[in-house]
Amino acid sequence: MSFPLLTATAALPAVGAIATAAVPAARRNAAKALALLVSLATLALAIVVLVRFDPGGDRYQLTESHAWIKEFGVRYELGVDGIGVALIALTALLIPFIVLAGWHDADPLETGSRRWRPTQGFFALILAVEAMVILSFEATDVFLFYVFFEAMLIPMYFLIGGFGDRAHEHGEAAASTQRSYAAVKFLLYNLVGGLIMLAAVIGLYVVAGNFSLQEIVQARANGSLHMATSTERWLFLGFFFAFAVKAPLWPLHTWLPNAMGEATTPVAVLITAVVDKVGTFAMLRYCLQLFPEASKWATPAILVLALISIIYGALLAVGQRDIKRLVAYASISHFGFIILGIFAMTSQGQSGATLYMVNHGISTAALMLVAGFLISRRGSRLIADYGGVQKVAPVLAGTFLIGGLATLSLPGLAPFVSEFLVLVGTFARYPVIGIIATFGIVLAALYTLVLYQRTMTGPVKAEVEAMPDLRARELLVVAPLIVLLIFLGVYPKPVTDIVNPAVKQTLSDVQKKDPQPEVEAAK
Amino acid sequence: MSATAVHSLWTTAATAAGPISKIETPKIEYGQLSPTLIVVGAAIIGVLVEAFVPRKSRYYAQLFVSAVALVAAFAAVIALAAGGYGTTKAHIAAMGAIAVDGPSLFLQGTILLTALVGLFTFAERRLDPQAHGNRVDSFAAQAASVPGSDSEKAAVKAGFTTTEVFPLLLFAVSGMLVFPSANDLLTLFVALEVFSLPLYLLCALARRKRLMSQEAAVKYFLLGAFASAFTLFGIALLYGYAGSMSYATIAQVVDGRVTSVDPALAGTMGNDALLLVGVALLAMGLLFKVGAVPFHMWTPDVYQGAPTPVTGFMAAATKVAAFGALLRLLYVVLPGLRWDWRPVMWGVAIITMLGGAIVAITQTDIKRLLAYSSIAHAGFILAGVIATTPDGVSSVLFYLGAYSFVTIGAFAVVTLVRDAGGEATHLSKWAGLGRRSPLVAAVFAVFLLAFAGIPLTSGFAGKFAVFRAAAEGGAAPLVVVGVISSAIAAFFYIRVIVLMFFSEPKPEGPTVAVPSPLTMTAIAVGVAVTLVLGVAPQYFLDLASQAGVFVR
Repeated sequence: MSFPLLTATAALPAVGAIATAAVPAARRNAAKALALLVSLATLALAIVVLVRFDPGGDRYQLTESHAWIKEFGVRYELGVDGIGVALIALTALLIPFIVLAGWHDADPLETGSRRWRPTQGFFALILAVEAMVILSFEATDVFLFYVFFEAMLIPMYFLIGGFGDRAHEHGEAAASTQRSYAAVKFLLYNLVGGLIMLAAVIGLYVVAGNFSLQEIVQARANGSLHMATSTERWLFLGFFFAFAVKAPLWPLHTWLPNAMGEATTPVAVLITAVVDKVGTFAMLRYCLQLFPEASKWATPAILVLALISIIYGALLAVGQRDIKRLVAYASISHFGFIILGIFAMTSQGQSGATLYMVNHGISTAALMLVAGFLISRRGSRLIADYGGVQKVAPVLAGTFLIGGLATLSLPGLAPFVSEFLVLVGTFARYPVIGIIATFGIVLAALYTLVLYQRTMTGPVKAEVEAMPDLRARELLVVAPLIVLLIFLGVYPKPVTDIVNPAVKQTLSDVQKKDPQPEVEAAK
Repeated sequence: MSATAVHSLWTTAATAAGPISKIETPKIEYGQLSPTLIVVGAAIIGVLVEAFVPRKSRYYAQLFVSAVALVAAFAAVIALAAGGYGTTKAHIAAMGAIAVDGPSLFLQGTILLTALVGLFTFAERRLDPQAHGNRVDSFAAQAASVPGSDSEKAAVKAGFTTTEVFPLLLFAVSGMLVFPSANDLLTLFVALEVFSLPLYLLCALARRKRLMSQEAAVKYFLLGAFASAFTLFGIALLYGYAGSMSYATIAQVVDGRVTSVDPALAGTMGNDALLLVGVALLAMGLLFKVGAVPFHMWTPDVYQGAPTPVTGFMAAATKVAAFGALLRLLYVVLPGLRWDWRPVMWGVAIITMLGGAIVAITQTDIKRLLAYSSIAHAGFILAGVIATTPDGVSSVLFYLGAYSFVTIGAFAVVTLVRDAGGEATHLSKWAGLGRRSPLVAAVFAVFLLAFAGIPLTSGFAGKFAVFRAAAEGGAAPLVVVGVISSAIAAFFYIRVIVLMFFSEPKPEGPTVAVPSPLTMTAIAVGVAVTLVLGVAPQYFLDLASQAGVFVR
């Protein structure tokens, strides 16, 4: 038996989480160093996975399969396709930056007993989330996926509710109340989504008799498993609801601005850049493959919802006074694009959507983390409290601008490629929707540039005058992300090469062909 | 001697056919009944210990006797199971009175382990500060003394402790062991009374808040007496209908396989009205013990008033025993009537799940909250009962095993959080517990997450098992209702977690007592079972599915 690479990639952060939690209370810095080390080692393993993965090979590679709960027909089955590999790489890549960016976010205030160890807890929880996210990208058993999809809510919940920005305009007590409100809202939305999915998972088992993704897809393809149309639609809706909450799709999005606003910046990045990707990933993998007919049936409605997400998210982002909430609404708009690309059912659309997941992760991380550094300096999240920062802290302002430009999909930066592919893919089949979605880009330019203008340019505000520029640790976080944004913007081929075969496979499961370009017959 | 022979025993006088000499000497399989016999024997020894052992050493003697008895009885259960009595050699022992089969042995094992863990919490003597140089436990110094009276003060000063709780516990356990394995209606009723009466007494024995404790006991006793009366009336009607107390014979009469009418009961036998009313009354008694809506009214008051170790034991073990009896009644006696009882049970399950979850939201006392949560869980288990498939039985068995350890662990944690007035059960006092005692709060959070059915805990495996069985048994709407009430229930479990971890601790908040190894063991066992059954439930699911066949 070969080395269980996929298990190791997930087990390493899981073990690391336990080890980090066990570091004695006084050795805070040791815990931080350990967490960083583990996240880097996980990145190394993820790179090995990336290298070992053969884009032209089997559908699922590096597979592992063991009996787990025979009684339920559940197997511990792992395997990755191109989409999974790309997202595992993204996750493993972002976690070290998140750890580094959150270096001082969980240093204890002078409250609590000797045994109260927030720092250890913070980093252990981040690693636990990483392990569960990676496992949910690797699982090819529906039950196994569900377990981690649902279990990751708990560490996320503690990360949102337990740790917040130090400074808050209404004082610590108000911040604590708002934080726990945001955490509970996050958990309840996602738990309700997950429980509805549980009913659908049980329903799927009753219909199919097992949980293996590949077996069910095969059985459906060769006709040995027949699903009544109404059954398939109900099951599809059960799955889709959970993923739409997670993604998040309008009108199930309202937890995201709260959660991202109240959580510390690294945790906000973790939510939007990493955890939410599980939702869109799962739409692509589970909704489309398990329920192809129902997916086609629901496509018009989902496209409209995605369109509303794009426009509504962007409009609300324009109106925000709070930097973090602005990025949250911008993310809702971007998730709209991703979902649009998935359900356009064209190969450009889905490749673009997958690429978008990766690029959105990197660009949001860059923008949000710089915003976090900015906020930690002034102690306020309100846009109105800033002004003229570029004169005081030019490097901070410059990196903020690049992050912002990536968010508005400037050509030459990575998100442009993916957004373009999504729009082309959508336009090929649904021209009207493609055209309306394009307005999302215009609005993106508006909210990003207005944000930059109000905070960075203009006369220097008194409170900002003494603001230090980015420190070495902060630069270390931002610089690689910006390099990646530029690299993937100019040369996206490495990612698209990995992703494309998997997308083609998924489309063939749904039995959709790309529309042929219409050429007027030459006369 | 076969079951029909027992039937004729009852009616020999009426038919006046055979001479008296035909009555055989009863044949009792002592080996197969050994788990129950060991516990009853130890309980009687416990009573003698109370009478003859000096007061000082009674506590240790009682603890020793009880622990040894429970362990020995569990070993006997294991030996019987290993001997194949759970599967191939399953049969009906003691002249048709007791079924020795898979579900019996599984449930007896669960009850014994729960009782052992419960015993540890009963014996805890380090939580309260010492009174007059004597260690004290959760129980009144002298049950007979009036609360607040001089005689109570004298009893406390003299260092009396109510060591009677140990034999009472053992008597209750012995009744619970018989209850799910009873194979005729009279045995069922006797077992019901044997385990109920000690529990009524135990409820009244709290050292702190004695008036509340006594009120709880009176409520429990009065309502329990009503439920017993209904049960007895139901039994009488069923006897009138079938002419027999034996499960097997009643099942045959229900199925219409026995048509011969006993001349003494010619007026009533085969009368469907008697059958339906009798079954309804009998089910009512069992649903009362289970704590299903609308027979749940006693649960919150009794759970809140009883001494917390008793609450934990009662919440776990009573539920196991009562569901065992309900399963046997529905699957062995009344499969022929399932088109009549299933719709009713559907209704009960739905209002139990929703009622428990919704009312729990408004609770402000942790013990009442757990009481309503136990009602909601009774609803989930009922969903598995309704499946009427072998998977349904095994899923219920598994759920009961998982649930009882979570429950007993959770109540053990409740005993630790204390202020000057004893246990601080009001939720507001739990604010910020996670800051002060991260470990205790984390352990309690694990139990709450298991109650909420979050994956990787035993609660999820159990919930999945019963919902799957229900869905396969054609009760998909029940699964949907179950999922909705799980979501509602998640809300109040999470509220407690929020309170513990995200609220600022109050300056005059409670302290967390450092328990003796006894309570620590109880909690550790609870956590271990919760996690093991969550991550690797395969072995226990196998066990439950092997044990899922009733002997008829």
